[in-house]
This record gives sequence, C-alpha cells and structure tokens, in this order.
Amino acid sequence: MNILCAGLNHRMAHIDVRERFAVRETEMGDMLGRLREIEGVTGAVMLSTCNRVELYASSLCPLRALEGFRLILADRAGLEAPLYHHDTPHAVRHLFRVASGLDSMVIGETEILGQVKKAYAAAAEAGAATRPLHKLFQHAFRVAKSVRTATQITSGPTSIGSVAVELAGKIFGSLVDRRVMILGAGEISERTARSLQSRGVRSVIVSNRTYERAAALAAEIGGMALHFDHWEKGFADIDILISSTNAPHMILTPEKLEPLLKLRRGAPLFVIDLAVPRDADPSINEMDGVFLYDIDSLEQIASQSLDVRRQEVDRCESLIEQHVGGFLSWMRSIHGPEATPFGKKA
Amino acid sequence: MERIALLLATICYLFSFGHTLFALGAGRFQPGRFNFIAMAMGALSQGWYLSMRGAAEHACPIGNLAEILIFLSWSIALIYLVIGPAYRLSLMGAFTAPMVLLLQIVALLLPGEIRHGFFRPNPWVETHAALSIVAYGAYGLACVAGFMFMVQEGQLKSRRPAPIFHHLPPISILSEAIKRLVWIGFLLLSLSFAAGFIARLMVSGGKFWFSLLIWFLYAGILVGSKQGLLSGRQLAIATSAAFLLALILLPVIEKLSAHA
Repeated sequence: MNILCAGLNHRMAHIDVRERFAVRETEMGDMLGRLREIEGVTGAVMLSTCNRVELYASSLCPLRALEGFRLILADRAGLEAPLYHHDTPHAVRHLFRVASGLDSMVIGETEILGQVKKAYAAAAEAGAATRPLHKLFQHAFRVAKSVRTATQITSGPTSIGSVAVELAGKIFGSLVDRRVMILGAGEISERTARSLQSRGVRSVIVSNRTYERAAALAAEIGGMALHFDHWEKGFADIDILISSTNAPHMILTPEKLEPLLKLRRGAPLFVIDLAVPRDADPSINEMDGVFLYDIDSLEQIASQSLDVRRQEVDRCESLIEQHVGGFLSWMRSIHGPEATPFGKKA
Repeated sequence: MERIALLLATICYLFSFGHTLFALGAGRFQPGRFNFIAMAMGALSQGWYLSMRGAAEHACPIGNLAEILIFLSWSIALIYLVIGPAYRLSLMGAFTAPMVLLLQIVALLLPGEIRHGFFRPNPWVETHAALSIVAYGAYGLACVAGFMFMVQEGQLKSRRPAPIFHHLPPISILSEAIKRLVWIGFLLLSLSFAAGFIARLMVSGGKFWFSLLIWFLYAGILVGSKQGLLSGRQLAIATSAAFLLALILLPVIEKLSAHA
C-alpha cells in the first residue's frame, strides 16, 4: 500500500489557474466519489483551499492513481493541471509540512490546520478515508500541534493589521468595547480599523479634513464621522488612535497631548501613526501610558516575526522527520516493506 | 522529617525555576504544566512542613523569621496556584518561582531554633499573625505582577519587542491583577489588625508604626488607583516598591517583636 499526494499550490500555479481547479465544499462528495472510482485507489482525501488543491490517496498503484486524478482535474477545468506528486515517504512528509503551516504562503499560519481537518472530516463522512489515511491524518494533526508548541513557527503577527491587533491586545487585553478614532481617512487606516473591528472593537470615530470623506468611510465601516476641527473633543473617550493625515506638520505633540491625557485618568492610549510624513512627534512615546507605533515600527515587527518563523523551520523539519519515521514504522508493521514507488509495477 | 519537607519544597521550586530558565533559554515561553506541578508540589511540601511545625508547637508555625519566610513563600505560591490559571496569567509562574525560591533558601539558611514566646496558644493572636502573612503573600504576588507589567510595558515602549513579549499577559490585565491582589492583601491585613485588637495584642511601638506604615502605603496605592491618580506604570512601581520595603522591614519587625 502506498500513500500518494498530488496537487498544485501557490508556488506552482497563479491564482487564475488555482481557482479553476478549486473544489467547493458542496462538490466535495461527488469529487471524492469520482476519485475512488480510479483504478487502484482505495481511499481519498481532497484538500482544496485558496492556496492549494491536493489529493491524498491510499493506492496500490500510485502511477495509475495520479493519471486518473490528472484526467478528472483536466475534465473539470478544461485544461491540463500543472501537478506535483509524491509517494511514500515524501507524501507523508508533505502532509505533515502542510498541516504544520511550513508549506503555506505565510509560513507558520495556522488556518491551514483547520482546513486539513475539514478535508479529512469530509472524507471520513463520505466513507472515503481508509485505515492508512485515518492514521496518516490523525498523525498529521498531532505533528501540527507538536510543531506549534515546541517551536516558535506561529510566533508573532505578520501584517500591519495583525501587528496592530496584537499590540492593541497586549495593551488592552480584550478589544471588545474599545473605542478607535481614525484621523485622516486613508486606505491603510481603514484596513487597520477593520482588523481591529474583527477582534471586537465596536465604536469607531472617523475624522477627516474633508467631512464628506469621513462620513463616507464612517458609513462603510459602521462608525461615526466627526469634523476635523473637533477631533480633540472625542479624545478623552478613545483607546486607540489611528492617524494618517496629509498634514505637513505634526498634529500629535507632547504639548497638545498633555492636557488631553489628564482627562483620561491614567488609561493607556495606543497611537498608530501610519502617515508619511509622520503625524505624531516620536517623543510622545515617552509619555506615561502612551504607546506610539509608526509605519516603520509596525513593518519591522511584521518582518521580525517572519524572521523568527524562518529561523524555526529547521527545528520544525527535524521534528517532522521524527514523525515521518514513526508513521512509516506503523505502515511497515501493517503492510510490510513492499510499498511501491512511482515507475514500478504494483 | 521537617528538614526533608523543607528540602523537598526547595527542590521543587528549584526545578520550577530551572525548568523556566531552560525553557526561556530554548526560546519556549510557555512553562506550562511542569512549572505549575513543580510549584504545586513545592507548596504541598511547605504545607507538610508547616503542619508538622504547627502540630509540634500547638500553635501557628510562625514562631521565628525562618518560619515566617516559609509561611510567606507558601502563601505566595498558594495564591499563584489559585489566581495564575484562573486569570490566564501565563508566565506568572516563571516570575513567581524565583521569588518563592529565594524566600525558601533564606529561610533554610536562617537558624530555626529560636522561637518567640508571644504566640502563646490564642486563636485570635494566631489569626492575626497568619492573616498578616497571607496578606503579605498577596502583596508579594502583586509585586510579581508589577514586575511583569514593567517588563511588558518596556517591551511595548521599545517598539522592538523581544519574543517574550508575545507570551506575557496584556498590561491592562496585569494592572487589574495588581489592583485585585492589593485589595485582597489590604482586606486581609485589615482583618489581621482587627484580630490583633480583639486579642488585645500588645506590640512594641516600632512594630506598631511599621505595620501602620505598610497599611497606609497600600491604602494610598488603592486610593490613588481608584481615583485615576496613578497610571498603570506608577501602580506597578508602587506595589513592587511597597513589597520590597515590607520585605526589608520584615526582619526589623521580627526583631522588635522578639524584644517586645
């Protein structure tokens, strides 16, 4: 018995190509049925995400299974699929890497594990998962958990929005009921505000030199518009200030903030300065309870997280290798050492 | 047997501390179950020691500085075991272990034979003494949370956070934990004073004024934080400094008690 993995991912195919081969949740049952009809395929799990379309199959003849899969995909999409393929043990290693986020576009992302679990559950429900596949996927979930806890592969945020969310979380804990003020209705402030909203921020005040623009953005994100001349009036009640005005001078200075901070009774203030040139005087970061991050420091944290993750890859790979060995021992104990690689007759 | 219980507790705390250091050195910031279990075993061993001392003396086992320090470190460990997991204050164990270990080692090095006569079996006197030390335990843990706050705030201000930043709790939660612990300590200390009054406990003037100073210090911290006069950072500094002051004063108070 062999484990076959075949598919295409974000490294091999552009999104225009990937989207043509993607399998929707509602089509998964039919797809699994067709895959099981391929000669020599005993079981199949199909993983379809925005970054990859992959088949994991238990098969007596991987070569035939691969050709069958290629035909099904070509028939679906109307074009030849640029497939990669692996058999045992590389297929096992590949799944463990995928589930652990090592094969993802943003290395160490954790969403993929949920998607792998979902794909496995769909196959199990459709009766398409055989004993080796059950064992393989259960093992993959354990590997992913172990890689996550024993290394820093998921450490830190990797985009400006997620950095802002993490920092806000480290200042305020829960973001539910926190209030945000946006000064200057730029696209990046909007994205950052949306990231914060996705974590529970309820109240957003938008203030812009052009009131109409503020009103439009406020309507779009479910916030409230405020005339730019009055932004200081809302200052006492906010927790997070996102600033990205086109002002030629600094609008947040220690002199301006000092009387406003007194109104806050010691509550912390998170200032996200996304403007270039900057809106906030860097020295406000020295003020008690004020945490200032400009675009450079946010980007630096994102890239720092990615560096940490990249440095962890070797540790993850060696952990995965131990698990591959463990899984192969189990396979040998069940099926003997006669697993057939590609190019040889079953 | 008593010595064995003490050594066992020290080894447990040493394990907890060593494991934390090793985990931090290896870039792992979730001391997790091992740390918690080691702390729990340490607290159990100390509890065993204290119960043996209590049975031997037929009184609350706080008859000398060594016993007081053990009782104090036991209180700190116990409060951590209750509130640490409840508030999801990850890494608090990592910060608590060295403090508890230090108190335990100092207690081991102190001569333990000299017992003061003022703890004659009187339930109110013992309640007074035990509550005072548990109150200091709460203040001790508030000090730990204060240190954690200062580390995390420093990370946030630096704008180049180190990996530990991702594993420390948010400063607002730490600030809230400090306030609650100071409240718990303050209430326990007040109750302990009340028990002392009921027992008509006679203490030396020095001890009385030192105790009152600590009580007013923490009362001031609570009022300041309630009125919004103290920022999170000032609260963290004040609680840490107040506990360190109390720790320094503890042997002085103890000495004064011995001469009272």
